[in-house]
Amino acid sequence: MTDLTVDPGAPGDPRATPVGAVAVAAATVLAPPTRWRLLLRRPTFVVGAAIVLFWVVCAIFGHAIAPFSPLAQQLLNSNTAPSGSHWFGTDPLGRDVLSRVIVGARDILVITPLATVLGTILGTALGLAMGYLGGVVDLIAGRLVEAVLALPAVIIAFLFIVALGSSTVTLIIVIGFIFTPLIARTVRAAVLAERNLDYLSSARLLGENPVRIMFGEILPNVMPAILVEFTVRLGYAVFAVATLSFLGFGVQPPTPDWGSDIAANYSGLLAGYWWQTLFPALAIASLVTAVNLITDSIEQVLNA
Amino acid sequence: MILTLWIISLIVFFAGQILPGDPGRAILGPFAAKSSVQALDAQLGVNRPLLTRYVSWIGGLLHGNMGTSYSYRTAVEPFIRAALINSVKLALLAFVIVVPLGIIGGVIAALYAGRGVDRIISITGLSLATVPEFVSGIVLIVVFGVTLKVLPVTASAGAGAGDLNQFRHLILPAIPLVFVLFGYIARMARAGTIEALGSDYARTAVLKGLPRATVIRRHVLRNSLLPTITVIATQTGYLIGGLVVVETLFNYQGIGNLIFKAAQAKDFPMLEAGVLTIGVVYVLATLGADLLLIALNPRLRIGGGE
Repeated sequence: MTDLTVDPGAPGDPRATPVGAVAVAAATVLAPPTRWRLLLRRPTFVVGAAIVLFWVVCAIFGHAIAPFSPLAQQLLNSNTAPSGSHWFGTDPLGRDVLSRVIVGARDILVITPLATVLGTILGTALGLAMGYLGGVVDLIAGRLVEAVLALPAVIIAFLFIVALGSSTVTLIIVIGFIFTPLIARTVRAAVLAERNLDYLSSARLLGENPVRIMFGEILPNVMPAILVEFTVRLGYAVFAVATLSFLGFGVQPPTPDWGSDIAANYSGLLAGYWWQTLFPALAIASLVTAVNLITDSIEQVLNA
Repeated sequence: MILTLWIISLIVFFAGQILPGDPGRAILGPFAAKSSVQALDAQLGVNRPLLTRYVSWIGGLLHGNMGTSYSYRTAVEPFIRAALINSVKLALLAFVIVVPLGIIGGVIAALYAGRGVDRIISITGLSLATVPEFVSGIVLIVVFGVTLKVLPVTASAGAGAGDLNQFRHLILPAIPLVFVLFGYIARMARAGTIEALGSDYARTAVLKGLPRATVIRRHVLRNSLLPTITVIATQTGYLIGGLVVVETLFNYQGIGNLIFKAAQAKDFPMLEAGVLTIGVVYVLATLGADLLLIALNPRLRIGGGE
């Protein structure tokens, strides 16, 4: 969806990185303590990380924190406006909106990182192959990437989800696969910038096999670009998962979920029950913005 | 380009025809008798071999026959056409608002690159771009439709409504699309302007004593806006994805809403035709942008003209 300015200049860690272990590799890229300190000194990063951390805590301990059970119905208490006992009001079934917002963090926070990790691993492998091997591989994969780019991600996603049936695993796999070509494109561009550098010629002359060159030599050097791409995609994954839930292709009711809760209650907006949709909407907006603040800080630090 | 369309048709066919397994079963549900499922499969022609189905589907498309809807049992084509026209109206309005806004935002950010104004525009753009349309849509409905009551919250003015009235109904649905697109356009306009500002011709213009405003208007903007055109075209694809959400939220009979309803009803022919139409629109938009770029940039006209 977006064209990232690839930054091949930032020197990566020269030590070989375990294949595919993105989380570990991400830590390696930022390993020099100076970079961490630079990151922690940025207010945008700290705010973003704090918000994400808040939602992670909600996702893990949601049931313990929530003042009410998110599923408990109090039909006599339905559609009540925010008050002292129900801070965010109640929904048409008398369920506490605050509790549903807190517990609703769970599924989106499970699906988005896993889908993004899947897409990043597959996309990195594909991008390395496209960029380094070139030729027919690049041509064929390039056409495929183009075709996937021509269709909006949300539409491909629900085409496949309708066909396969909705579940958490389907969502992770479908979103992961949709991200693969997008990430591959970025990685390919980063690899092309490295391709003619001396260390690769020496590796080739030493007779290293292509797989080792791709994952052992090139991968550590394009890691900063991949890390930025990962965080950018994480933001889009939140977007995609929330949208699919809203359209009814994600988490199914009565399980609390921001997107599907909004879908269930937005007709109540006209009757003035704004709190049922506004609070889950703000929860999504806060998570997305937080991820973006983190992305922006990492980009700034790596480019500095 | 033809190749891209062909691959899209394969993806769409694969998702719509192979994955769902038995369409007759999908339509009639798990409790229908086996014989009636088989009868429906035969009637729909889905019990034929895969290759035959693909060839006849593509053959039909090439002759303008997009298939027969499972739900309505009539040709898909009139539905697609009507929905597409509605969507184009909404998309055009969004573009008319966002293109000047995005370009101005990006140029301002570039002129103050690295300073506060630039950071604010960039971060706002990035944040707006990743807030899902239904989230911003709901905030807009709450503020303008429910609290202030200044704009209608449904997209259709109803039959027989005047153009101006219909236009008023489209304003609120267009804004979430504007939000998402603003960031991309501004980002490209910013990058293009920064590049043009650092160029030799911009330096020459400054050194020969032209006022700053003239340099920017005559030398920088003309060159910086070219890449932005490409971005605007590639965002058409996204825009239609956004339409699915916005049209559903505001209950507007566009192509996004049509695809969404078809997906809910497991009406695969309608779904496939709709998604393929989107692919065609995207490819045409990209082609149009390329042609426009060639028309605007003499350097790209290789061997053309005098």
